[in-house]
Amino acid sequence: MTNEARATRRALLQAALAAPVLAACGGVSTSGTGGAGSVNFLSTQFTPVEERQRFEKILADKVTSAKVGYNPVDNATFATTLRTQVEAGKVQVNLVGGLHGDLAPLGDKLMDLDDLAGSLTDRGFAADLIELGKLGGTTAKYIPWMQATYMMAVNKKALQWLPSGADVQKLTYDQFLSWMTAAKAGNGGKPVFGLGAGPKGLYHRFFQGFLLPSFTGGQITTFRSADAVTAWEYMKELWAQTAPASTNYDFVQEPLQRGEVLVGFDHVARLATAPKDKPDEWLMVPAPSGPKGLGYMLVIAGLGIPKGAPDADKAKEVIRTLTTPPVQTEVLRQNAFFPVVKGDLPGDLPAAIGLEAKAVAAQQSASNAIVSLPPVGLGSKDGEVSQIFKDTFKAICLDGKAVKATLDAQATKLNAILDEAKVACWKPDPAGSPCRAA
Amino acid sequence: MKLRGPLLLIAPSLIFLTALFAWPLVAGLSQANGADIRRMLDDAYFWPAARNTALLIVVLIPLQFALAIAMALLLRARPRFAGVYFYIWVIPLAISDLAAGLVWLAVFTDRGYLNSALSQLHIEGYAWLSYQHPVTMFLAVVVAELWRSTSLVFVIVVAGMQSIPRDYDEAAAVFGANYWQRLRKVILPQLRPSLQVALILRTILALETFAVAQALTGRNMPLLVGETYQWYAVLQNPNVATAIALVILAVSLLAAFGYLRALRS
Amino acid sequence: MRRHRFGLQLACVAITLFFGVPLYLIALAAFSSRESLDRFPLPLLPTDLSAETITTFLGSTGVVGGYLNSLMVGLSTVVLALVIGVPAGYALARHAFRGRDPYQLFLLLTRALPIVVLSVPLARIFLQTGLYDTTYAVTLLHTALALPTTVLITSAVFVGVPREHEEAAQVFGASPARAFARVVLPQALPGIAAVAMFTFVLSWNEVLGATILTLNQRTLPAHVLTTLSDSPLAYRFAGGLALILPAIVFVAVMRRYLLNMWGTTLR
Repeated sequence: MTNEARATRRALLQAALAAPVLAACGGVSTSGTGGAGSVNFLSTQFTPVEERQRFEKILADKVTSAKVGYNPVDNATFATTLRTQVEAGKVQVNLVGGLHGDLAPLGDKLMDLDDLAGSLTDRGFAADLIELGKLGGTTAKYIPWMQATYMMAVNKKALQWLPSGADVQKLTYDQFLSWMTAAKAGNGGKPVFGLGAGPKGLYHRFFQGFLLPSFTGGQITTFRSADAVTAWEYMKELWAQTAPASTNYDFVQEPLQRGEVLVGFDHVARLATAPKDKPDEWLMVPAPSGPKGLGYMLVIAGLGIPKGAPDADKAKEVIRTLTTPPVQTEVLRQNAFFPVVKGDLPGDLPAAIGLEAKAVAAQQSASNAIVSLPPVGLGSKDGEVSQIFKDTFKAICLDGKAVKATLDAQATKLNAILDEAKVACWKPDPAGSPCRAA
Repeated sequence: MKLRGPLLLIAPSLIFLTALFAWPLVAGLSQANGADIRRMLDDAYFWPAARNTALLIVVLIPLQFALAIAMALLLRARPRFAGVYFYIWVIPLAISDLAAGLVWLAVFTDRGYLNSALSQLHIEGYAWLSYQHPVTMFLAVVVAELWRSTSLVFVIVVAGMQSIPRDYDEAAAVFGANYWQRLRKVILPQLRPSLQVALILRTILALETFAVAQALTGRNMPLLVGETYQWYAVLQNPNVATAIALVILAVSLLAAFGYLRALRS
Repeated sequence: MRRHRFGLQLACVAITLFFGVPLYLIALAAFSSRESLDRFPLPLLPTDLSAETITTFLGSTGVVGGYLNSLMVGLSTVVLALVIGVPAGYALARHAFRGRDPYQLFLLLTRALPIVVLSVPLARIFLQTGLYDTTYAVTLLHTALALPTTVLITSAVFVGVPREHEEAAQVFGASPARAFARVVLPQALPGIAAVAMFTFVLSWNEVLGATILTLNQRTLPAHVLTTLSDSPLAYRFAGGLALILPAIVFVAVMRRYLLNMWGTTLR
């Protein structure tokens, strides 16, 4: 062995011996906090690097009551962490934030927040949102935090194929299909429409909250109706005009940015970077309308406190700060999530977000709007119900199975899940118990 | 002494693994019941996932072992720059499956490096990963996995080859054995313990991988472990996830047992 | 002979390209500007370099802490896994004891089960023992994950060390422990180096266990890998590259021992 090798071996041995000694402190903080008295904020939102950095800055600037350590994780880790900590009775997380669908399965792990909700009446939360926050029970489990919806981003290049007489801001589904058909033909046979149908994509929301309500007026009760057959026949035709690579898209802003597709449907936060650099080249437009109206879905994020969490008062103070109008506007400005509190949006929003804000307003104020909520009270079955819609899409559009037979088969599965859950219907289905496909 | 010696040596690992794994294993596995197993079997993704997993292992592992053994033999012939070659061949070992999925996605995606290179040669690109082209989709996963996981086999084979005394091989050469004869009669038999271990580990790890396939194909090419994650994380149904995990566990142990028997020295 | 040498080099270069080109592409993409990653055809040569994404990545909260934690966990895991695993590997190689096969299968159990289904019970154990959110918890878990590889690979290598050498040392008065340390261990060094490499890399890249066992004291992958998958493409590459660099350094150091037997002529 050479001297050199001997030297590295010695260095290695020293490093190996030093490691456990170094580790004696149990680790170095990676969230900027962890000390006593700070608030551990576990969240499923703002996981992308830049969004996280911007939100951490908002926390540092605006939250003066306590130091907040922000820990964004994926939803599985979120659920596991919360569940084990509450079950073991050793809660270290003070504050949790997530989408309605993330929080819904964990309702029994969250503290009742009626007192806090009672002191926040001046925020002017919509009644629907407060109801959602009860997770099907009678007490507030989370406080509304932010909201969003889905819409379409349109690169102006695609407008050249828009059928005459169609208004891009007020499309019908039929006009949209003929537009996309003309666009594919005009683009040398390459489809220009992209849908987030990848493993992390939110395409099921397109069926649940947009396509089906627009065609059938419902989501669950009308699952296998004649109107639903029409809707899925439509979807099959639309899919033929859609980029097949959509099954790999998680965030539609990426193919839009690359110019791979020119028109995309997705969550506003997943479209935001597409028009960012050149807002002049883009339009953000409301979803199309169908025979029954303009179906659209709300996305709600909420803030909750785990049962048995230490320093609950500090966490409540943070919730209070995060629901003040200035902080809500700042979150919109930085991270494209819309306020849940009453108040006018400022005029000086970044261009891309200004585009989105207009489309959001148009969608909500449309005379034929049909609002859908994410499933209410399904708890841990939320994902399985969404999977039914994904499976239906796969069977009909990807595998080319017959529409009616597929809907019948999937309706049986859907009802099996719903019969177990025994919940009342949520919008747009008429409230009635128990909810199931007719 | 004959019995207590080895027991004393393996005791720490036994205690360690029992404390950390056996207990949560029992606690975790008692969750799945008959209804969950039926649910798993009825799921539209289960059988395709089982088929894809089996197919991937059957295609990948022989290719991978052939490549790894060839690589080790090439190095054994002491080419120039062998140190550099060795280093580059081993680096994929250090790359997490997430990062590996990322880079191969960048290669095979519609507007990726492969189609970019083709377009510079004025060849029309191809949708390698489209669900409409299951063959290229599968091949892309095989190539990516070959790249990512062959290093493990290669390193085990190299480590095993170190202890084969060169004089055996040289003696055989003196007696006129050609290269293939020496390979089959001298080198490979000596490598058997290493190959056995590599085979067991790789099969088990292959049953456990899904991140690369998921990055490349989404759920168009489901694999069993990917389905476990899907049920656990997305569908939030730990019971069905556990049922699939049990299938994987059973197949892994069966395979390991088979290898231990078949390659007994 | 000359043609033979040429063929040898050709094969080596072909394999090196297969393994090297994707590495080049990661590095290229990590140092590309965000716009150039959206172009088609993608530039295949480093014409449009930018360190913007990688500096943003390195500057984000907790990356330095994450590096330190990962380093501690990785090195501690290597030491612990070797201390526990090497004796067991030796026992497997030298003794034909009853229960040898069940023991090997038991070892493999830990690797044969998707760890995700164990995450709740595991996290509960660590919460109850007060180890939750420490690097110890992660070290223990990673050691358990590494043990099967450690034991099985070292045993395969010990089989190759002639028993006569060891016996000879004992005949000359060395105690069994001394004979092991002075005669067997040096000969098994390549295998142990390989094991150290696997263990470190495994620990360095393991995400799931580290994520559920920690909250504020994260290892680097737990800290960024899951969130990275939601970040723009350019950041994913930058993060991907930043994550592999330390592991590459470790592999470079261990390489010397792995190629020990062929002498230090391999450079």
